[in-house]
Amino acid sequence: MSALIFSLFIFVLACFIGFELISKVPPTLHTPLMSGANAISGITIVGALIVAGHSGLDSQMSQIIGFVAILFATINVVGGFMVTDRMLEMFKKKEDEK
Amino acid sequence: MSQFLPEAFLPYLPNTIQIIYLIATFFFIRGLKLLNSPATARKGNQLAAIGMFIGIVVTLFDQQIISFEWIIAGILIGGLIGAVLAKKVAMTAMPELVAVFNGFGGGASALVAWGEFSRLVDPTTMSPDNLVTTGLGIFIGSLTFTGSFIAFGKLKGFISGNAITFPGLNVINIGSMIAVLVLIGFFTFDPTNQTIFWIILGLSLLIGITSVIPIGGADMPVVISLLNSYSGIAASMAGFVIGNNLLIIAGALVGAAGLILTQIMCKAMNRSLTNVIFGTFGGDSGGGSGADTGDKTVRESSADDLAIQVAYASKVVIVPGYGLAVAQAQHVLKEVAGKLEERGVQVKYGIHPVAGRMPGHMNVLLAEADVPYDQLLDMDQINPEFKTADVVLVIGANDVVNPVAKTEPGSPIYGMPILNVDEAKRTVIFKRSLSPGYAGIDNPLFYDEKNQMFFGDAKKSLQALNEALNDV
Repeated sequence: MSALIFSLFIFVLACFIGFELISKVPPTLHTPLMSGANAISGITIVGALIVAGHSGLDSQMSQIIGFVAILFATINVVGGFMVTDRMLEMFKKKEDEK
Repeated sequence: MSQFLPEAFLPYLPNTIQIIYLIATFFFIRGLKLLNSPATARKGNQLAAIGMFIGIVVTLFDQQIISFEWIIAGILIGGLIGAVLAKKVAMTAMPELVAVFNGFGGGASALVAWGEFSRLVDPTTMSPDNLVTTGLGIFIGSLTFTGSFIAFGKLKGFISGNAITFPGLNVINIGSMIAVLVLIGFFTFDPTNQTIFWIILGLSLLIGITSVIPIGGADMPVVISLLNSYSGIAASMAGFVIGNNLLIIAGALVGAAGLILTQIMCKAMNRSLTNVIFGTFGGDSGGGSGADTGDKTVRESSADDLAIQVAYASKVVIVPGYGLAVAQAQHVLKEVAGKLEERGVQVKYGIHPVAGRMPGHMNVLLAEADVPYDQLLDMDQINPEFKTADVVLVIGANDVVNPVAKTEPGSPIYGMPILNVDEAKRTVIFKRSLSPGYAGIDNPLFYDEKNQMFFGDAKKSLQALNEALNDV
């Protein structure tokens, strides 16, 4: 079994988990869900770290690409989680009010 | 950072990293699960953030990473920009911000695929599998990048919110997509050919622009959800390229989430996804009943009049729309609702799925004004309640309460699920004028004998109502 097929299995199974997890989210939470999920997609930063930190023979070019990738992904991750937290902090139940 | 570890541990390092990635995956899945309920959602988001932190830290121990200058610079600058944007943004501007973050995420994934490809001296050593996923990663990531920024421009008003289109644009878009896929095939056979690579990159960036430009402003919630899904798939593709399961799984979760939200949005507007992407909406399609408005009478309401009605009602339902947010009236609204509740009036909010400019946007805006989330009811919950409501206040919403969607098969919004406010004993519509809404369709509810219009800016009207309530 090639690495691609193995990865494909993981991909498809993860998609199913995603569908199961998200399909029950109430409409009230759709915006935070979207921005939170968006922050998770910034996981690509892990790939960016490897590209930027690697020193190969032709490292200059890939390091610069890696740097921009880290920059973009960090904006996505930090901003995404923070703004989601800011939104969810505002969601209060009636009893919580002073 | 692997040099800080004891030498004897190094052979176990790759597997240890993978195990810790598995733990990070657990945090993501658990976090998304907790996002299912308002009571636990905040914790869920924090768990996901912890998962991300674990994933990043453990990656730094990867033995392939030996230089840190670029990494530190990128994380510091990116983190600062992200934090400032997240702290400063107004809640009304949330759709724009999500579009921007989304664009950066997609762009980063494209860059990872590109960077991984360019760091190899001899790309022919890459397997065909890897080359295909590299091509797809660059394709999806790039179109997410430009598409998201076009969506941002439309939401912000830099680019006309109207559908910009010309004959043949759809053909060009579909043709370009097929061309990119064919070129990715060529690229797999001849990865040393720079020209093919650049054409793939260029065309992908272009497709992002030309496929979002023709989509009208009213459809932006769908587009944002869809682009959100793409950014997840792009991250997954980057995971295929570098052979990293954490990226594949997290990306797939996000891809699935975006797709579900896209479906929900489409259903709420009674339109198919293909219709949103390829057909334009609004503009001159117009409503059939627009001509015969002249002979109808409209009943007008005043602040004092309305104050008495709501103060002595037993149940009031508020239907807020985006106009409420534009007028920044949610805080006054909350005050009005507070006064009614003090008098023992039952107050509920009915929220249409496409109220606001992205899924769930109105809920966030009301949460910001301290409206408790258990008073916010979605369409299926609130519709049975209208029959027993004494007064319904429709504020800044129009198309989502237009009964034409149920009664006139010829109307462009026919079949769209709406809030059945016409079943209430009395409705009051807060509006500047009798002009039709986004979709350009006249609303017969305006002339209904159970309805009163309260003309004026939503905020000023609510302030007047708020003051009038003091004297009741």
